[in-house]
Amino acid sequence: MLQSCYLAFKYITFHRGRSLVLIFSLGIIIYLPNGLKRLIHESETQIIVRAKTTPLIVGAKGSATDLVINTLYFKREKIENIPMRSMKKIQSLDFGIVIPFACMYAARGFPIVATDLEYFNFRSLTIQRGRQIAYVGECVLGSAVAERLNVDVGDSLITDSENFFDLAGVYPLKMNVVGVLKPSASHDDQAIFVDIKTNWVIMGLGHGHEDLTNNYDQSIVIARDSGGIHAGAKLYLYNSISTENMDSFHFHGEIDDFPLSSFIVIPKDHKAETILRGRFASGEFEQQMVVPEQIVNIWLESIFRIKQIFDSMFLLVGLATTLILILIVTLTLRLRKHEIYTMYTIGSSRLKIVEILSFEMIMLICVSLVFAGVLYSLTGIFVDRFINQFIL
Amino acid sequence: MIRLTDISFGYPNADFRLQFDELSFDTGTKTAIIGPSGFGKTTLLNLISGIYLPQLGKITIDEKNLNSLSESERRSFRLLNIGFVFQDFKLLDYLTSMDNILLPYRINKVLKLNNEARKQAAKMASMLHIENKLSKYPQKLSQGERQRVAICRALIHDPSIILADEPTGNLDPENREIIMKILFEYVNHKGSTLVTVTHDHELLPEFDRIVDFKKIYKNS
Repeated sequence: MLQSCYLAFKYITFHRGRSLVLIFSLGIIIYLPNGLKRLIHESETQIIVRAKTTPLIVGAKGSATDLVINTLYFKREKIENIPMRSMKKIQSLDFGIVIPFACMYAARGFPIVATDLEYFNFRSLTIQRGRQIAYVGECVLGSAVAERLNVDVGDSLITDSENFFDLAGVYPLKMNVVGVLKPSASHDDQAIFVDIKTNWVIMGLGHGHEDLTNNYDQSIVIARDSGGIHAGAKLYLYNSISTENMDSFHFHGEIDDFPLSSFIVIPKDHKAETILRGRFASGEFEQQMVVPEQIVNIWLESIFRIKQIFDSMFLLVGLATTLILILIVTLTLRLRKHEIYTMYTIGSSRLKIVEILSFEMIMLICVSLVFAGVLYSLTGIFVDRFINQFIL
Repeated sequence: MIRLTDISFGYPNADFRLQFDELSFDTGTKTAIIGPSGFGKTTLLNLISGIYLPQLGKITIDEKNLNSLSESERRSFRLLNIGFVFQDFKLLDYLTSMDNILLPYRINKVLKLNNEARKQAAKMASMLHIENKLSKYPQKLSQGERQRVAICRALIHDPSIILADEPTGNLDPENREIIMKILFEYVNHKGSTLVTVTHDHELLPEFDRIVDFKKIYKNS
């Protein structure tokens, strides 16, 4: 048997190009259905777990799916904003914990999630390096963001421009990185967290500028009256918030009118949840309240129906592959007719020849399985990318 | 002594039939088989080696009746007693010269592959002046060198019968001479029986006996 193994090994290594093509093809054929199955299963699990752990979301009326996708997976869907007032109203009813949420901007491609410290407790997110957000203009990075952008505590991040041609629009804000979160194997790893007020600064609702009362450049001042000092476009607006200019930052307008994307409600008990849902269902509030698990289940059901198509396709591909493999083996035997005849003439039994050929097949299949296994284990790495690109 | 009596052999679904009354080869003799193509010279070698069994007739080698042996016994008998040399060398392209020489040891348990066998292979390669080609693959060898490797493979287990099917058919005159010299020297030294199918009439004076297949062939 050892000798058959040796001869099989010599054949495979000598015809390494041919063997590699076979190993690659077999490996891919073995991997594809299993890898995709794992990818879909893990995506499904990851999406559902996040939805299950989020009891209720309140947002503007419209697409419930978009609302859930925005709040749970930080996709910047075009959802209508709701005023801060609506959150305060629910908060005052004391049915549980209410967490503000806004996901409207991005920095270097990663979503900026504006919330408050309660969000971190709710998601069990802890700081790995640095500290929590304490001031406006500070941010804490998800572990994947820190790794991919190679940014750490003490560095800064500039928000992405929304529209280059809108001169009156949002100016990029330079945010100070004060902490990096521990990996949580969730979408939180891929977000940049800021205080909700920072989001309003990015929006332009709050800003900081030179102190006009002590300003010596009179060309900035347009008028001084009882209403205050009116400045022109020459007035320098700070694009970053530091301890030196922090006091100059202020908001214009009523905070209660300032926008949120949504807010998360964690009812204190089942009764509170039932009452709250009932009141929303009765139309007492202008917003809609959704149970993320229900929305995600309906949504996944339709998305993963495509899996059934994949399954039947793989069955056909598997059948075709088996036929091709049989053809390859038959053609190989025909090509190696002289070699087989030589062995037989010299004194090899038919069984021995079958043994040698079988060892070749076994070796090729084993290496293909290892290759497929490596691909399969690598699949886990791509789950997040798969969810982001193909599901969300 | 090899004796074939009242032989009749035909391939399935083919008109060809090899028939003759008697043909024998004495031990230690060198016989050349000549005759036109398609007369069954190669088939004769396959009958002597027990690869084929005649539908009629009897084949005995040193009083051993090949007809009475099972296929596995004939295979073992072939492996232990017969060395094959082919016109197109029939070396396996994925094995080095050394591995090709040792092939009989790798394909049947009857021969034990040990250090002795390896030493024997090296010694034989040295005798045939291919000792520095042992790690080379057949594609890297000249025609003459390939045939020498094939001869090493045929003789490595010290066979008492050597069956050569046009061993010089693919060689230039110089190599033809060298190869035949090697075979004759081996046969003379070991007292083996050599049966060679050849079309090369220049070689015939070197043989003890010449069998013209056209003359013994009995057309049914």
